[in-house]
Amino acid sequence: MRPIPMLERMSALPVTAVAQPEPLVTVRDLKVQIGTDDGLVRAVDGVTFDVPRGRTLCLVGESGSGKSITGRALMNLLPPSGRIAAGRITYTDRAGEAIDIGALDPRGRQIRGLRGKDISLISQEPMAALSPVHTIGQQLVPVIRRHLGLSRREAEARAVEMLGRVGIPKPAERLGNYPFEFSGGMRQRVCIALALSCQPRLLIADEPTTALDVTTQANIIDLLQELQREYGLSILFITHDLGVVAEIADDVAVMYLGRIVERGTVDEIFADPRHPYTQALLKSVPRLGAGRHTRLAAIRGMVPSPFDRPAGCDFRPRCDLAIKGLCEIEDPGTITLGPRRDVRCVLQRTPSTDSVVTERSTSHA
Amino acid sequence: MLDRAQMSPDILLEVRGLTKVFKPRKTLFQRKTSNPIRAVDDVSFEIRQGETLGLVGESGCGKSTVTRLLLGIHEPSAGTMRYRKKDGGSVDLDQLSENERLAYCTDLRIVFQDPQSSLNPRLQVRDIVGEVLKVNRLVPPDQIEATVRDLLAKVGLRPEYARRYPHAFSGGERQRVGIARALATRPRLVVLDEAVSALDVSVRAQTLNLLRDLQEEFGLTYLFVSHDLSVIEYICDRVVVMYVGQVVEVAPSDRLFAKPLHPYTEALLSALPIPDPAQRRQGRRIRLPGEVADPANRPSGCAFHPRCRFATETCRTTPPPLRDFGGRSVACHHAEQLSLNGVESIQPGQAAHA
Repeated sequence: MRPIPMLERMSALPVTAVAQPEPLVTVRDLKVQIGTDDGLVRAVDGVTFDVPRGRTLCLVGESGSGKSITGRALMNLLPPSGRIAAGRITYTDRAGEAIDIGALDPRGRQIRGLRGKDISLISQEPMAALSPVHTIGQQLVPVIRRHLGLSRREAEARAVEMLGRVGIPKPAERLGNYPFEFSGGMRQRVCIALALSCQPRLLIADEPTTALDVTTQANIIDLLQELQREYGLSILFITHDLGVVAEIADDVAVMYLGRIVERGTVDEIFADPRHPYTQALLKSVPRLGAGRHTRLAAIRGMVPSPFDRPAGCDFRPRCDLAIKGLCEIEDPGTITLGPRRDVRCVLQRTPSTDSVVTERSTSHA
Repeated sequence: MLDRAQMSPDILLEVRGLTKVFKPRKTLFQRKTSNPIRAVDDVSFEIRQGETLGLVGESGCGKSTVTRLLLGIHEPSAGTMRYRKKDGGSVDLDQLSENERLAYCTDLRIVFQDPQSSLNPRLQVRDIVGEVLKVNRLVPPDQIEATVRDLLAKVGLRPEYARRYPHAFSGGERQRVGIARALATRPRLVVLDEAVSALDVSVRAQTLNLLRDLQEEFGLTYLFVSHDLSVIEYICDRVVVMYVGQVVEVAPSDRLFAKPLHPYTEALLSALPIPDPAQRRQGRRIRLPGEVADPANRPSGCAFHPRCRFATETCRTTPPPLRDFGGRSVACHHAEQLSLNGVESIQPGQAAHA
């Protein structure tokens, strides 16, 4: 098989923390609105983060936090009723050119050239992501041919190579199988092979292991980490499971009601959570070894409806540390604690950080 | 055939040799029928009064089929399910006709996994919860709404929500409605089939705490079915571990987690992601090769042998019986020789963390 030049170049890239200051994707003040029968939902409401090269960023949040919509926005792949209302998503392509993904026509040639090639997606339900009436080969080969410009035979060889790489036994024979002939874990491996077949630079993994068994989940996480080391891939990993975050993340962004409430490295988030929501989330998961005699510290109430956002801080009605007369009036704004570390909570304000508060509601005299 | 020996008085439900075989029917598009599926194969355990028994295993292990057999949704292919009646006598549920079983349907109740699909969207909550009271004439018709309002208050919902439809609730609230419905008949055994798996982290903690409080208040017995070992450890007194339709290990919760005797239990413990990034770097994970076996094509001998790092020739040929190990039991030929790791050695420091 003819070697694919790009493949070699990619795997030769140094992936360890060599000074690579410029992130692959930067997201600045992204706002996504979705039209529903009940009105406009601000699903993502001013989100700022970077996806660094060769690392894994985890977006963590509960349902309705806007984590999946944020992931889709990075491919400009929103539901028909959704649109990017404000903000910039800047992707630096292989030639070093900056592309504003949000400004592209979602059905245009340019974004379609990026999807599946530079940026790919693995979704939660592999059965829904694969066509049930086409064989695995019929789904893999055309994608590879289109994006890499290979002949049918070369593309087939590449498909077999990818299936083998993700751990599917006898890949050449499995090319003719339909998705229903695979188990859940194997189907997710097929999706990973499909997503990585064109050597993407960014992989968006939206709850890829949530529907899988724990032993299978562990194998898939290992596989993603291996592939990341091998190809220098950036991963945006979306999940609600803090255990999975601790396993796979380098950096973490915690989302609540469409906003990032805390950002930091995985060690910072787990060892020194600053936002009361992050602290409460960490306390509300049962830990192995803790036994029956403890009681979980549950967060009271539930995530508010997006139509009924509380005034002031979004988390205030459920927060044990809320300050009366302050938190229900004032939006905490983003408080920068370090280069990649920030938090949206008034408790983190100190005289020194006060000066870097970026936004502040003026309703408080 | 039936063991007529007296059932120990603290046992609420005794399951012996329970088996369910599904025979696939030939459909229009299939060239040949697949093998019969032994979804549950010779499963025995007992549920003691007032305890929470955990049933844990991965998809296809038959844990949901077991709950459906207990509730009479499926007919068992073989085996007995002996139930301790309120008056102290016992009855074999599997011997009863459908009509005779109705007498016990208010005693055994279930909360389903998906709060979205398990509530009728066209009924108000007072009808969802009150229907079972009406059908079984447990409460005079004019008092049904008041009873429902009491039940809603017990599960932490506002009584005035009785007039709402399911769509007006969040996932966690819907699951509380499901719990209220299960409790409406004053049941003795509540089956919780992945009842918290679909809930968000913060709501899951609330629901687990609620289930514990209700158990204390009403003296309930729970059969808690889950794939999540950390939740199982939090709520269960004893645990049954299943693999491809069979019981591989039964033990009190603390002993199971401290020192598993079956290699599959050890691997399950070790595969669970730990919410602590400092732990992952120690890399003591046991990785199971392959995937859960297909119940239609179960491996010979011990069903776990293709994935087991200790497998020998005996494991490939002879199915291991469930053997007693002083208050716990395990189905492994080599249980005596193996020294497996529990939570403490897989995840050191976790116990101290609490």
